[in-house]
Amino acid sequence: MELLGYFNYWVFAIVFAIGLYAVIAKLNLIKKLLGLAIFQSAVFLMYITMDKVEGGTAPIIQKGIEGQLYSNPLPQVLILTAIVVGVSMTAMGLAIVVRIKEAYGTIEEDEILDSDHTA
Amino acid sequence: MIEVVFGVFLLTLLVITAVAVVRTENLFVAVMLMSIFSLLMAANFFILDAADVALTEAAIGAGITTVIFLGALALTAQREKRSPNGRFATLGVISVLAALMIWATFDKPRLGDPDAPVHQHVAPWYLEQTPELMGIPNVVTAVLGSFRGYDTLGEVFVVFAACIGVLFVLSAGQGLDRGLFAPDPESEGLRHHLIPKVVGRLLVPFIVLFGLYVQFHGEYGPGGGFQAGAIIATGVILYALLEGEASALNALPRSVLLGMVVGGALLYTGVGVAGMLLGGNFLDYSVLMSDPVIGQQVGIVLIEAGVGITVCGSLLSIFHAFAAREAR
Amino acid sequence: MSLSAQLPALQIVVPLLTAPLVVLLKPRGTAWAATTAASAMAFAIALAIAAGVLSGETYNYAMGSWPAPYGIALGIDAFGSLILLLVTGASTLALLGCRRSLDADIEQQRQPLFYAAWLLALAGLSGIAASADAFNIFVFMEISSLAGYIIVAGGPDRRALPAVFKYLIMGTIGATFYLIGVGLIYMMTGTLNLADMEARLGDVTNLDPVLVAAGFITIGLALKAAIFPLHVWLPNAYTYAPHAVTAFLAACGTKVALYVLLRFDFFVFQGNLAEHDIQFSLFLLPLALLGILIASSVALFETNLKRLLAFSSVAQVGYIMLGASLVTVTGLTAGILHMFNHALAKGGLFLAVAGLALAARGLELRQLGGIARQMPWTFGAFVIAALSLIGIPGTAGFVSKWYLIQATLDHGALGIVAVLVIIAGSLLAVAYVWRIVEAASFGEAAAQPDTGAISPSREAPTVLLAITWLVALLNVYFGVRPEAPVELSRMAAEILLAHLL
Repeated sequence: MELLGYFNYWVFAIVFAIGLYAVIAKLNLIKKLLGLAIFQSAVFLMYITMDKVEGGTAPIIQKGIEGQLYSNPLPQVLILTAIVVGVSMTAMGLAIVVRIKEAYGTIEEDEILDSDHTA
Repeated sequence: MIEVVFGVFLLTLLVITAVAVVRTENLFVAVMLMSIFSLLMAANFFILDAADVALTEAAIGAGITTVIFLGALALTAQREKRSPNGRFATLGVISVLAALMIWATFDKPRLGDPDAPVHQHVAPWYLEQTPELMGIPNVVTAVLGSFRGYDTLGEVFVVFAACIGVLFVLSAGQGLDRGLFAPDPESEGLRHHLIPKVVGRLLVPFIVLFGLYVQFHGEYGPGGGFQAGAIIATGVILYALLEGEASALNALPRSVLLGMVVGGALLYTGVGVAGMLLGGNFLDYSVLMSDPVIGQQVGIVLIEAGVGITVCGSLLSIFHAFAAREAR
Repeated sequence: MSLSAQLPALQIVVPLLTAPLVVLLKPRGTAWAATTAASAMAFAIALAIAAGVLSGETYNYAMGSWPAPYGIALGIDAFGSLILLLVTGASTLALLGCRRSLDADIEQQRQPLFYAAWLLALAGLSGIAASADAFNIFVFMEISSLAGYIIVAGGPDRRALPAVFKYLIMGTIGATFYLIGVGLIYMMTGTLNLADMEARLGDVTNLDPVLVAAGFITIGLALKAAIFPLHVWLPNAYTYAPHAVTAFLAACGTKVALYVLLRFDFFVFQGNLAEHDIQFSLFLLPLALLGILIASSVALFETNLKRLLAFSSVAQVGYIMLGASLVTVTGLTAGILHMFNHALAKGGLFLAVAGLALAARGLELRQLGGIARQMPWTFGAFVIAALSLIGIPGTAGFVSKWYLIQATLDHGALGIVAVLVIIAGSLLAVAYVWRIVEAASFGEAAAQPDTGAISPSREAPTVLLAITWLVALLNVYFGVRPEAPVELSRMAAEILLAHLL
């Protein structure tokens, strides 16, 4: 039970590693962006894990209830921000991928490099 | 207890989905799995008491991101070419990194520990002071809108930047007039399919209504500008899928969308500057009204509106920029 | 509330508020005019802040009037004000000089979007320099990065696209690493304000997660700052960006990341982690020395003018990190001063490149044959800035290298090695600059293009020429009268070192 308290952080580390692996090792540009999205989501999980208080509830104050524990609102605010950053980066990345496809006819990194070297 | 078991189950599924996203060579499948990944993540957030974040992740991560990915896939490729083997070095380095991070977890406060430093400093102050200083129940909205309103302003500008970035990058080559402003009149969406049409038509108004509810109820329950903007955008995207790109653009032309993006950002910054002109600091809403608590509430409602308008306009502009582009 | 107290907020609000308005300015030239006006205003604010800092003031500002650590605080000290001067100055001069160059690179209808992105990059970089809150730095880092990708993507060559993609991937990884580091520290301290973090870390008993956080933050920011060997995104991004963008970003882009790296490390970690100064030096000093040698050598064999200068930038980041990794007042002064001087030199060089590019057929060295005879004034400014880059006495570049050598000599045998590396790096700089001068002066005059539509005056446009010369002469001025930047750098170094354990 003690150890299960760290389970969220282990999942964070593993998902983080899976995402980073995809970003670095995959040659397909869309796959890289998917990896980037996974990688960023892992960090969201880390932040949200810290906000939880045992026996707490979402930080919406209910009048007339004394002694209610609430979860920490701050990491939630930070991650709301980070989620929007994530979708913004993804959209920008995809726009560039679409243009790369039009300019090079491929979205595989090695083929793009070859095409510039031979040109 | 049951929460912990459920959490472990969901997180295990999360890892499996992530592996599947990376391994599958069909990009379409990968994007769909990514959507499931986001939904699982949202469910996890909900278990962890982060209702606002769960709503945002479901709307933006599972909804909008998937649609944008699909739009890009239609313009690029459906399948990934087989990556060369021999990536073991990368795998090795990253495994070491992950092991290091797992090792570091044992010194962290464990999940739900009420004595963790994060629950001792700053956060209790927010929970105590919000009812007094703002008079609204949702502390997340209070922190987002006022205490850390400057971050949220930055966030609105990130979305704004993404919107102009996508428009700028995708306007190259095709020219604004042809590629971006004239969608294919032949595209008819799913108009000829009876069931999606009927169900969709029924759904669209409710989605938009729900979006508006989330927008204006953000001070009292989970919700706010980000979520509302994303939800309304999904409603319009559903309309575009049913009735075709062109009808959606007739209803909400690009110039209106761009106006929303600009207007929302200006509204937010304008509220901040108004605080300055009335003798406070930037983004100080207390000076907006004679009663500081009412001033805070007015300020938060206004900036949340700015956030919602910009997010909705940006996401729709981005969607149209991808969807209206012709594959070549 | 007095205007001067509002300066830190105005520094960021002015470009931020102008950006959405610029999107709406369709008529030709208006977007450029509004952008330049906002940038000039930001530069004026930065000058006012720098004057205040030199007379002993520090600027603190509570956003929304919420006291830190509950609200977000801005804090501008000597270091921040120096960076603000660089960012706003580089943006203003690049905009003033490069209007024609940008008109050539970016179609008319796309210009409002481009200029809006430029303003966002300016606001983002200024926001990082002014912020005293770890998460707020992340938010503005993302604004500046995203805007940076947009303006780099404006480059006309198709190779700009893969370059931006790589920049985006590595930039996002860097920012996410930073976010993980901040999260770990938040987990252990419960705060996001830098000063509050420093104070509260003292009570944390188990420092392992903080150590991991230091690692993540250092690597993340090193990626953004293009510290060797994490620089791979930089050469292509600089090469294929529009010339004006290269001049702007080369002068200040990586320096802002270095600024955050130093500030975070000294403010938060140095005072709380035992022997962190040694870890810091051991990690960064070898990278700095290797970076100087390898990047300079690569520059020696580059055939494209902009790529050559971009690799030289990677080497210069090495000099800055070398000074900082000594963790002494003279070392940090030298490093920070080199940020300023290198910005002047590289900014001047890339402005001159923008001028040369308007007349030359391409920027491969062989295509530049005889350009020095055709554009003697433009190339003259290039040479003066290049002398400053090498560090010839009488130029700004000499002053910082001189300080750097003095700082390293205090360190015994290691110092001798470092001095040798600095000298070797400078000699390599002489060699690669000579290759450019040789190609431009003595190279076979490239055959005139068949179109023959070359205007009789082949010099760069007058405004661009004037701005380029202004920057070139500033290199000489700050070489002869270096007091103001030296003073700011010394103050900055002392502020950083005051946090040492």
